[in-house]
Amino acid sequence: MNWIYDPWPWYVSGPLITLVMFLLLMIGKRFGMSSNLRTMCTICGAGKTSDFFRFDWKAQRWNLIVVLGVIIGGFITTNFLSTDTSVDLNPIVIADLQSKGFESAGNAYMPDLLFSNQVFSDPKGLLLLIIGGLLVGFGARYAGGCTSGHAISGLSDLQLPSLIAVIGFFIGGLVMIHFIFPLIF
Amino acid sequence: MRSIIYLLIGIFFGIILFKSEAASWFRIYEMFQFGSFHMYGIIGSAVGLGIIVIQLLKRYKMKSFYGEHITIAPKDKSFSRYLFGGIIFGLGWALAGACPGPMFVLLGSGYMPIIVVILASMLGTFLYGVIKDKLPH
Repeated sequence: MNWIYDPWPWYVSGPLITLVMFLLLMIGKRFGMSSNLRTMCTICGAGKTSDFFRFDWKAQRWNLIVVLGVIIGGFITTNFLSTDTSVDLNPIVIADLQSKGFESAGNAYMPDLLFSNQVFSDPKGLLLLIIGGLLVGFGARYAGGCTSGHAISGLSDLQLPSLIAVIGFFIGGLVMIHFIFPLIF
Repeated sequence: MRSIIYLLIGIFFGIILFKSEAASWFRIYEMFQFGSFHMYGIIGSAVGLGIIVIQLLKRYKMKSFYGEHITIAPKDKSFSRYLFGGIIFGLGWALAGACPGPMFVLLGSGYMPIIVVILASMLGTFLYGVIKDKLPH
């Protein structure tokens, strides 16, 4: 059972993600995480400002329960199913990240620079997290889905719109890492 | 009863996202640097198997566990919303290093700064809802 404590290889993780999509289809639901952000906006009263948030959020309750499960899954894995969570990155990437100030690269799951609690007193780090979140939320809804809805479900269903969206995800990601990161780190 | 099934599927998905390292900021960075096959392997194998599964579901007109027809609604036809929306999402995905699934995994893992990302992504969703009629779709 030691394998369960180690990081799982891609050829285990990928098919298990397909299994999640399949299970949701088999219980009459669709795989999509970002629509929960819209539901949460509605619960917070966003319907007063925009029609987009005026829908029966209770019909999406099931997906919020999935999210609650995802949170619990993160808790269980971190506390009971992992020994060393440091990510075994490509050494070239580690050297590149360390030169940009990401000193924990290769020795951690998340970069201290952005995800240690010290970021709460670091205006630049906080601003970057806020901008990142804003872009993810805005872009996911504009594109009508995120990695789960487009990259996994949509591509699996051979949907051209999802292919366009995924190409967009990569254009955006490559621009951020190759052109914008050198300016901010 | 059904709520418990949703919860269990969520827990299972959360565990996979963490153990696969797809929820790691570093893995997303490495992917966009083409530094490793790992993320491409995860997405590629998930989609490759997913195509087979969905083709079989359609060909054999399989019914759900509850006996209902499984229909997958095609996405609306458009180009600009998918490309522009996708690019905006990609910029954020690479910066925050988390998409809307992994965000919640990281919350459960105890990375408190992810709360900032989650709240900001709700605000981003809200802003889209407010200005969507002015955007090309």
